[in-house]
Amino acid sequence: MSVSSATTEVVDPVPGAAAPHLPEQPDLVQLLTPEGERVEHPDYAIDVSAEELRDLYRDLVLVRRWDVEATALQRQGELGIWASLLGQEAAQIGAGRALQDGDVAFPTYREHGVAWTRGVDPLHVISLFRGVDNGGWDPVATAFNLYTVVIGAQCLHATGYAMGLQRDGAESATLAFLGDGATSQGEVNEAMIWAASFSAPVVFFCQNNQYAISVPLERQTRVPLYQRAAGFGFPGVRVDGNDVLAVLAVTRAALAAAREGQGPTFVEAFTYRMGAHTTSDDPTRYRLASELEEWKLRDPIARVKAYLSRSGVADAAFFDSVEAEADELAKRIRTGTVEMPDPPGTAMFDQVYAEQTPTLAAQQAEFEAYQASFEGSEHR
Amino acid sequence: MTETLTIGKALNLGLRRAMEDDAKVVLMGEDIGRLGGVFRITDGLQKDFGEDRVVDTPLAEAGILGTAVGLAMRGYRPVCEIQFDGFVFPAYNQIVTQVAKIHARSRGKLPMPIVIRIPFGGGIGAVEHHSESPEAYFAHTPGLKVVAVSNPVDAYWGIQQAVAHPDPIVFLEPKRRYWEKAEVDTGATPGPLFASRVVRGGDDVTVLAYGPMVKTALQAAEAAAEEGRSVEVVDLRTISPLDLDPVFDSVRRTGRCVVVHEAPVTLGLGAEIAARVTETCFHSLEAPVLRVGGYDTPYPPSKLEEEYLPDLDRVLDAVDRAMEF
Ligand SMILES: Cc1ncc(C[n+]2csc(CCOP(=O)(O)OP(=O)(O)O)c2C)c(N)n1
Ligand SMILES: [Mg+2]
Repeated sequence: MSVSSATTEVVDPVPGAAAPHLPEQPDLVQLLTPEGERVEHPDYAIDVSAEELRDLYRDLVLVRRWDVEATALQRQGELGIWASLLGQEAAQIGAGRALQDGDVAFPTYREHGVAWTRGVDPLHVISLFRGVDNGGWDPVATAFNLYTVVIGAQCLHATGYAMGLQRDGAESATLAFLGDGATSQGEVNEAMIWAASFSAPVVFFCQNNQYAISVPLERQTRVPLYQRAAGFGFPGVRVDGNDVLAVLAVTRAALAAAREGQGPTFVEAFTYRMGAHTTSDDPTRYRLASELEEWKLRDPIARVKAYLSRSGVADAAFFDSVEAEADELAKRIRTGTVEMPDPPGTAMFDQVYAEQTPTLAAQQAEFEAYQASFEGSEHR
Repeated sequence: MTETLTIGKALNLGLRRAMEDDAKVVLMGEDIGRLGGVFRITDGLQKDFGEDRVVDTPLAEAGILGTAVGLAMRGYRPVCEIQFDGFVFPAYNQIVTQVAKIHARSRGKLPMPIVIRIPFGGGIGAVEHHSESPEAYFAHTPGLKVVAVSNPVDAYWGIQQAVAHPDPIVFLEPKRRYWEKAEVDTGATPGPLFASRVVRGGDDVTVLAYGPMVKTALQAAEAAAEEGRSVEVVDLRTISPLDLDPVFDSVRRTGRCVVVHEAPVTLGLGAEIAARVTETCFHSLEAPVLRVGGYDTPYPPSKLEEEYLPDLDRVLDAVDRAMEF
């Protein structure tokens, strides 16, 4: 079952760092090198103020701290599971900060950084992983759809929503999140066909973190993912997913094009999942520690910090204040999680339908009576 | 030779034997190779049988089942792993419109010896789509067979029998019981795959269960015994075809029948079984056939799954109601 890779040239995927198992990707957009040097790209200029830069740094640090705290909470039995975004902070903050009012995001289960940019309370994400609900935030008010666990399904939703925007003459767009593994799903491919066919204002934002649980990228594709877009009839672009500036610039441009009626774009954010797939996973079974070491050198936060310091945009006092804020956030997340009440049993009956059916209402009454029969006594 | 095995390990050994017995057996699924599956059911098999026989597939369930059909047409025996119950639905079209119908469509020229392994059921504290019981969808589909194992012995033999069987089989594995242990005599002669089995004798009520609920039913029977009630427990084992003769025999003696499953009660297996038991044993029944199952709601967030899932108390409650009738 070996596949010949004669057409797949293997070259350095990120300038300055080798990942020989990955296919060629010549057009990686980068504006901030892993060393924190600002570089220009002919197609993607970006003008960010000092304040915006500091805000981006703050976002990155805070979502990482949230993530680390959530992983710790899971280890301590407070969460059933946690899907870490470690290593993907820049991809998510860059994409999330490119959204404008009126745009709507359609996340997978890992987009905590995007949730952050939409003002979703971290505890409303935590509650899903604690098993309290399926995500506690209001998907309408936040314009951040609920997490979708079935791989790829949300790409069609984002496309349909975009078709609705188009019908309404709204100058807004949708941002569909997906992973590298998800690109193999039939529904994802259907979404791209629909988006192209109707020139829908949707941007497919693929975080290529190199793995679908244990399965490496090569099992999903023999060409760089961004090149797939051409086959569907819209532009594809590969961006350094660990470079928050480049992601912001590329996603902004793609969303702007969509809003202006130029149709979809596929953005491949080239990144790496630094943690396990979820807290249930053991990545030592399928990947080498050396790979991780390599990607550590491309850390999405370190490069921003280096740039901020070097360019004098931020000083030690600023970094200290962000640290302090992160400590506060972690504390709030911890307390909020530990003290989060369990939902009442009747919650499962509450919103099954817009109009409760008589059958389900009767079942709920039976359930309540049954539960009440235990009041004051132990289950036998 | 007798070994103490978990259900998970029994499946692993059973698959190994099936692969040794027939070079046409090919395992396909997401993360089943190098990782050995998220539940490690295929642990070590890729290492020993190679990447051609234990295939880490692209992330596409329709692809897994659709290509399995083609491989089966070509004489292979695909054993497809669906990572979790809730993720079988992208493949549902292939299973229902193709896998189930091709034998009939081809007038028997194209057998479909495909096994679709699905870890099913709840109780593991998971997020959405990881705790479902979709058996009725498949049992409702002519052309498919559906079995559910409840213990290591059946897991070990059942998977081998399913792989050797000429028809497509949805093979349901009770995920929350993967770690339950029992002695398995790997030199024994197994009983038939499509047969139910009385796993505890009793005189007052017949309780039917399959998969993860068999243990719950047995625990309920134990508790009932302490209260002086004698509960017979039948492990259905096969859901399609149903093997109800042992059930009818039992109900004719006890006059009372309770069916337990995790799936929502409405149009679940319990409905079919209640109808058949009523049709066949009407004159022996002292009480209507009662059903204990999940509520007609989406499987709830894990903090509520204890309330959602049938447990010892709810089974006993049904036993009481059957007795009081
Ligand atoms: C339809 C479906 N099949 C299988 C799964 C189980 N599963 C959860 S995450 C995952 C891998 C996803 O990989 P990718 O799309 O690259 O996203 P990542 O997790 O790397 O962010 C799989 C197979 C699922 N959630 N949905
Ligand atoms: Mg991935």
